[in-house]
Order: sequence, then C-alpha cells, then structure tokens
Amino acid sequence: MSAVIVAPRSLKSATTEPVWVKWTLVGIALAFLTLFLFVPLAIVFAEAFKKGIGVYFAAITDPDALSAIKLTLIAAGISVPMNLVFGVAAAWCIAKFEFRGKNVLLTLIDLPFSVSPVISGLIYVLIFGLQGWWGGWLRDHDLKIIFAVPGIVLATVFVTFPFVARELIPLMQAQGTEQEEAARVLGASGWQIFRRVTLPNVKWALLYGVILCNARAMGEFGAVSVVSGHIRGQTNTMPLHIEILYNEYQFAAAFAVASLLAGLALVTLVLKYAVERRVRAQKKLAGERAE
Amino acid sequence: MLFSRTLLKRHSVLPGFDLALGFTLLYLSFIVLVPLSAAFLKTATMTWPAFWDAVTAPRVLASYRLTFGASLGAALLNSVFGLVVAWVLVRYEFPAKRLIDALVDLPFALPTAVAGIALTALYAQNGWIGRFLPFKVSFTPLGVLVALTFIGLPFVVRTLQPVLEDLHKEIEEAAATLGASRLQTFTKVIFPIISPALLTGFALAFARALGEYGSVIFIAGNMPLISEITPLLIITKLEQYDYTGATAIAVVMLVSAFALLLAINALQAWTRARQGR
Repeated sequence: MSAVIVAPRSLKSATTEPVWVKWTLVGIALAFLTLFLFVPLAIVFAEAFKKGIGVYFAAITDPDALSAIKLTLIAAGISVPMNLVFGVAAAWCIAKFEFRGKNVLLTLIDLPFSVSPVISGLIYVLIFGLQGWWGGWLRDHDLKIIFAVPGIVLATVFVTFPFVARELIPLMQAQGTEQEEAARVLGASGWQIFRRVTLPNVKWALLYGVILCNARAMGEFGAVSVVSGHIRGQTNTMPLHIEILYNEYQFAAAFAVASLLAGLALVTLVLKYAVERRVRAQKKLAGERAE
Repeated sequence: MLFSRTLLKRHSVLPGFDLALGFTLLYLSFIVLVPLSAAFLKTATMTWPAFWDAVTAPRVLASYRLTFGASLGAALLNSVFGLVVAWVLVRYEFPAKRLIDALVDLPFALPTAVAGIALTALYAQNGWIGRFLPFKVSFTPLGVLVALTFIGLPFVVRTLQPVLEDLHKEIEEAAATLGASRLQTFTKVIFPIISPALLTGFALAFARALGEYGSVIFIAGNMPLISEITPLLIITKLEQYDYTGATAIAVVMLVSAFALLLAINALQAWTRARQGR
C-alpha cells in the first residue's frame, strides 16, 4: 500500500526542483531583472521629480520641449500610417497568394531590423544630402530633406518599416484563403472581402503591429540623430531634445522629458499585454480551423 | 497584370495581387533597397586600397573590437540569465509574476536615449548602483556592456519561453523513471531540446547589440581607441564630412549584419525542425 502513496510523490519531486533550487533561481532572475530593468525604469521618474514638480513642468512646457514633442508626434503620425498601408499590402500578397520569390521578399521586408540605426540615417544622407545623389538638384529647387522634417520622417519610416507586416503575415498565412474565396464566390468585391472578412480576422494583430511601430517611431534616436541636424525648435525630436539637455547638464529637465517617453513605453507595454492575448486567440482559432 | 502572369504559381480567384505586390515592391524599393544600395555604390567609387585603409585604421579596428566584444559579452550574459528568467517564468509561481513577465519587454518599448541616460545615472560613481561597486562602470567599456545587456535582454527570454512551454512533461517523467537525477534530466534531456532556441536568442541579442547606438553613447564616455563603438565612429566621420570613410565602415557593419541575419534564419528553421513543426 505504501508504495502506491509514495509513487506519485516521488514522481512529482522527480519532475520539479527542490524548493531551495526553485527559490535560488527565482532570486537570481529577480536580481538580474532588478539591476537591468526595474531600477533603470525607476530612476527615470526619480530623477525627473528630484528638483520638484515645478522644475518638471517647466522642463516639459519649455517651447523647445513642446516643439520636440510636436515633431515626434508628426514623425510618428506620418510613418505609422505609411507602414500600416504597406504592411497590409505586403501581407495580402504574401499570405493569400502563391508566387515565385516569396521567401526573398519576406527576407527583404525584415532587412531594416538588422541595419544599425546610424546606418539607417546615413543612407538617406548619401541620397538627399548636399554631397549626395540628388543633393544638388534639391538645392537648386530650394528643397530640403536632410536636416529638415522630411528626412526625419524618412528615417523613422525606415526603422519602423517591418513592424506591421511581420505581425500580419504569419497570422494571415495561418488563416488561409477559404473565407475570402467563399466571399468571392458569393459575389463580394475585393474591397468588401478585405473589409468584411479579412480585416475582422486580423484586427488585433494589426493593432499589435501599430502599437509596436508607434513606440519605435516615437523613440527612435540613432537614425533621426544623423538626419536631423539638431536645430533647436525645428528639427529636434523628443529623444534628441533629451540628449541636448543631458549634454548641457540639465539633468532634471532631461529626465523630465525622458519620463514622458518612459510613460509612453509603459502604456505601450500595457496595451501590448492586453492585445497579445487576443492575437494569440486568433492564431489558435486559425490553427484549429486548419486541422 | 504583369506580376500575376509571370510570378503567380497557382491561379487564385482572389483579387488584388497585382496591386498589392506592385505597391509592396515599389515601397520596398524606395524606402529600403535604393537607399541601402547607395551605401554600396558610394563605396564602389573608392579604390580597393583606400577602402582597406579606411576600414582597418587603428581607431576603426579598436571600435570593432569593442563593439563585437561587448556585443558578444552582453549576448552571453543574456543567454545565461535569460535562460534562468525564462525557466522561472514558465515553471514556477511567485508573487507579481505576470507583471514581471510583461516588464521583460521594456527594452523593446523604452526609447534607447532614455535607457542610455538612466543607465548612466545608475552606474555613475555616485549613482544608486555605481556607489556600491569597487570599479568604474559608466564612462568605461564596462558601461558599453551594461547598455548592450539591457538592450538585448528580451530576446533570449522571449525565444525560450514558447519552447519551454511546449516541452512535454512525459519526457521528463520518462527520464526520471529511467533513474536520471533532476540535474541529469536537465542537462541531457531538456537542454538539448531548447538549445537551438537558446542559440537563436543569443544570435538575435548579438545582432541587436552590434548596431546599437542610443543607449551606448551616454554611458560609454566615447574615448577613441578605448570606449568608442563603431556606430559612433560612423557619426564622427559624418560630422567631419568624411562621407566615404563613414560609408566604408557602414558597409563592413552592413555585411556583418546581413551574414548574421542569414545565420539567424537558418537557426530558426533548425529550431522549428527540432520541435517537429
């Protein structure tokens, strides 16, 4: 009899670790995350309010800060919709059709993620900069891309290029084409198919991609830094403004503006967490249908 | 019509292929392919010796050593601790686990400049953490390692988590039944199954660290030959209007990044094959 009682207990202990091992591992994990994640996040807010709430509000309502916030919103406001339209178009042809060269196309779409932000800015300087391919032509026509807002938008579009596409493509591939084909047979037009069949099926993944794309667009530093020219009140985004304040030893002000971006990061994480489960549910549903 | 005649492998009743692919290719070319090719074409105007001199100058070589070395170190740190974090998050229950799990993605969401000034303040000699350390971290190569570890933190955790979740309990039970100790089960049964994912996470963290700029420049101190990373050197050359020199170094970095991308793709295919998907 005793063997029957002992067996399940020993089996359980055979597939889990002793309690002291468990808590040692939890301790190591938490210590690592505390040192590298939690404390850096906490210090942003601590430093931001260190000199009082007055200094904090003065820093974020400074005209240069406000213009930096405005430019950041403009850059994200243009680049996110552009990459959204691209993501949908790319996902439509890649997930719903079989064609030659698809894998090459998939790799090329991911390319911007493996390019250093600094190089992402540099390549636009090579094309639109004064010494660049079209630099002379642009100067003759009194157009400015580098060291101006269009360059900042272009660099932002480049670094956030794959976000929406890479969320949509795997989900739409898993969902297959049966529903769209049924809609087609029943006489729906292309736009009707997309709006009534495809879009409801992928809306959470689409939102997920947009959230990630927006976070990167608002926070990009390296690429924007190369093309911006750092003209105060004109071509400074929030991250660039932080750098200037920091280099001028205005630490409280730098951290105040940084706390806005850290707040944005936290909102992003909350939204991401909320949407992630719904994306997973849609993926699971697609998998079950396929079986 | 052009694309559907030449490229389409199987006829489809769905509309929009030509329009969608046409737009995709056009946008991809304008935003990514043409600008990237500009870097290679610019370098092609250099003579081979000039190119070689530009990419192997002592200051440049020192920056490669620091960038590749610190990226490697950070990716290794993240592999070890990322494995522990992923294991703990998948296998154990403890307070605030879900919150901690969600916060692991923070380096993806936090702008690099914010991370940079936060880490610099923390690890400075009078900072919250720096004051307890007997050696300098901020404004030394060690600071570069700290920043790159922060940036690469989520990659190993997030590639390991799904693989650990999919691990069948039966395998571990079988190992235990056959007399394996818990440690043996881990090293001989679990570890071989998760190792492709661990390697993928390592490579992703390494690749991300190689190009990183924003978080590093605040904490590094940026002394030539000592704590100057390659992306910063590219910017320095640009600011001196040495466009060809900057581009030559950029091409070296691009080629390494693309080689790494191919390796990661192969690794991911291997991971999927291991999992039998």
